[in-house]
Amino acid sequence: MQYEITFAGFGGQGIMTAGKFLAQGAMNHGLEVAWVPSYGPEMRGGTAYCTVVISSKPVGSPVVKNPGIAVVMNRPSLDKFASQIKPDGILIINSSLIEATSEREDIFQVQVPCNKMSQEVLGIGRSANIAALGALLGVKEMIPKEEIEKVMETKFGKKPKILEDNLKIFRDAYELGKKQRKNA
Amino acid sequence: MAKILMKGSEAIGEAAIKAGCLSYFAYPITPQSEIAEYLAKRLPKIGGTFLQAESEIAASQMVFGAAGTGVRVMTTSSSPGISLMSEAMSYIAGAELPAVFVNIVRGGPGLGGILPSQGDYFQATKGAGHGNFRFLVLAPANVQEFVDYMIKAFPLAEKYRNPVMLVGDGLIAQMMEPVDFDNVASTPQGDVESWATTGCKDRETNLINSLFLDPLKLEKFNDKLADKYNRMRDEEVVYEEYAMDDDPDVVMVAYGTTSRVVKTAIDEFRKEDKLKVGLIRPITLFPFPMDVLRNLSAKSHVKAFGVVEMSIGQMLEDVKWATLERKPVEFFSRKGGIVPNPDETKDFIKNIFKKIGA
Amino acid sequence: MKTIFKRPDSMTDMVTHYCPGCTHGTAHRMVAEVVDEMGIRERTVGIAPVGCSVLLYKYMDTDMHQAAHGRAPAVATGVKRVKPGLIVYSYQGDGDLASIGTAEIIHAANRGEKITVVFINNAIYGMTGGQMAPTTMPNQKTTTSPYGRDVNDVGYPMRMCEMLQTLRTPSYIARASLHDPLHSVQAKQALKKAFAYQNENKCFSFVELLSICPTNWGIPPVKSMDWLVERMLPYYPLGVFKTPEDEE
Ligand SMILES: Cc1ncc(C[n+]2csc(CCOP(=O)(O)OP(=O)(O)O)c2C)c(N)n1
Repeated sequence: MQYEITFAGFGGQGIMTAGKFLAQGAMNHGLEVAWVPSYGPEMRGGTAYCTVVISSKPVGSPVVKNPGIAVVMNRPSLDKFASQIKPDGILIINSSLIEATSEREDIFQVQVPCNKMSQEVLGIGRSANIAALGALLGVKEMIPKEEIEKVMETKFGKKPKILEDNLKIFRDAYELGKKQRKNA
Repeated sequence: MAKILMKGSEAIGEAAIKAGCLSYFAYPITPQSEIAEYLAKRLPKIGGTFLQAESEIAASQMVFGAAGTGVRVMTTSSSPGISLMSEAMSYIAGAELPAVFVNIVRGGPGLGGILPSQGDYFQATKGAGHGNFRFLVLAPANVQEFVDYMIKAFPLAEKYRNPVMLVGDGLIAQMMEPVDFDNVASTPQGDVESWATTGCKDRETNLINSLFLDPLKLEKFNDKLADKYNRMRDEEVVYEEYAMDDDPDVVMVAYGTTSRVVKTAIDEFRKEDKLKVGLIRPITLFPFPMDVLRNLSAKSHVKAFGVVEMSIGQMLEDVKWATLERKPVEFFSRKGGIVPNPDETKDFIKNIFKKIGA
Repeated sequence: MKTIFKRPDSMTDMVTHYCPGCTHGTAHRMVAEVVDEMGIRERTVGIAPVGCSVLLYKYMDTDMHQAAHGRAPAVATGVKRVKPGLIVYSYQGDGDLASIGTAEIIHAANRGEKITVVFINNAIYGMTGGQMAPTTMPNQKTTTSPYGRDVNDVGYPMRMCEMLQTLRTPSYIARASLHDPLHSVQAKQALKKAFAYQNENKCFSFVELLSICPTNWGIPPVKSMDWLVERMLPYYPLGVFKTPEDEE
């Protein structure tokens, strides 16, 4: 078993954090993981991305040309990464900021209003990344969603209100994703 | 404590501390400044020495000074900085001092780029500085292995009283992987009083020096160094065999990050094409796993070798020498900061099989 | 139609890569304006450093030479010594000039090389992500001085103008600041002086420009200007420290 997930968006959208939570959760679940950030000149353009590899055996190539899953948080990321997804892969689109979808018909696309879901709970879009992560797990439960919740508990543990809000955003998004889960 | 998810550069810093190295001198350079930043936070809290030098020239000379006193000391840098350290490296080897250097290699030559590369292979294994000396060069391929070899590097440096270098790249330094520090334990340091500049109270004076004006004495010293490097060749070679159990037709050779890509390519190729290909992954670049490759080159099942690098054919020369080119040695590389991807590596393997008519 | 504002001829139309609020762009433009105004574009060679301004060579529409970290004054020396008719300047940050390149700057000044050095003092390493520079202020937090610069451990910030002033060889040494328009005008005047001395083959010339780095200081641009005024100006006094006319 191996999953490769690319998270992409503007710097500041919590892309790296979403990837880290997933990697941490998968590691705690006993799987092999690698979290690979973009660094260097490509970050200057404003788009940041990271790729998480989750595997049942030691991770080979940390470089992934065609991820099975991509989560795109802004338009430039959709344009860049939609074409790279493996056939039959999954594309999670932050529909709060991206009106479009990909023209590809060989991938499963899910639109999630990530900023809106964060705003409804926090009043601001800061936890759009958490919504994206929740929806991702809903669509494809690579690891039990409780593993991510546990990671959030350790990260936000000292701030109960923030934890509670983020858990709500995560769970709502999870349900939304689960409803759209492909019945194939 | 179980596994923790850690960035490569921070794990390298922590591993040094776990190895008993509390002295660090360095100068910032991408993509490994995070090692310095990590140790700037950690070392003052545990009574260690952290100093940002004014240059890599100075940082490495500080290492020379500290190593002379017999403490565990290291510095880390990336390619252009390592070039500036070559003077001190030569003096450290010439004065027979243990010290650890980490090179997070980036694309070159000159200012080059900051993305992953293996372009410093020659520099690390053959040309670290002037004069007759060698580094013992370790090339871990993932974060945990980097930690493990950091721990081993210090006792190795002390065993030979010779500098040890670990080479990695920006990918290993920047990525996060699970690390387990539970089973890493530092080896106690031996007695240094016989040679270190600790002050001559109750003993003869000690001298750290690499000057030999008498050619006969210098020749003798060079012979001693040669013996030391031959001993490394006998005792320290480390490599990994991957998918070698079923006598593969093609043997790949790759190290570090590239070896991981090759492993993935091998797995997929074996599944799709049902042909036998394996990998020899050098973990010590010097001493190079010469014997295993030479033996394989004489085996009838081996029809060809395939070398993959992120450089223009550096380790390739060692593979050609090791195998005496008894079998064709094919070569594939990406450069400039581009990491080969599994697909193109698979195509390379496919082409080798085509060439040998399988 | 009368043109009242345009890009200097000595600059390309490239959009710079600098962060919002960064003063490198201002300094680039001033150098280019001086080169334009003196009519020396076609015999100017600029030496780009290693630092955020490494890409100076993309922005300047003159011959350029990219140097190794800290070595720009030595590279400039090489160019000038074999082609004395050229106008040669280096443009360097404080890590480049005051840390790794201390030997090169001091010896170029001491030899009285007929070159001009533009020195950007932003009290930090920008390019590599905010490490301590020799010019970092006491107690200033950076990624390699996470508990604040401790002057008992790593010394006080280095004042390069004051150090170079002590050399006996005649030179022009000045410090200016880019924190507001008035001071920026003065900064440009200093640059013009510096290039003029070189043009007359008079002496080594050196202009330090106090600058800001909002990104790595972690302070928004406008507030960064205040920080410069409050923290840097008292420690780094502005003015002309030395001219070749000074009595020895
Ligand atoms: C030999 C060498 N060491 C280190 C580096 C990494 N490096 C690039 S720029 C820089 C410092 C930049 O700071 P500064 O000179 O203050 O200029 P700024 O970026 O702030 O404009 C360093 C250390 C390098 N390129 N070469």
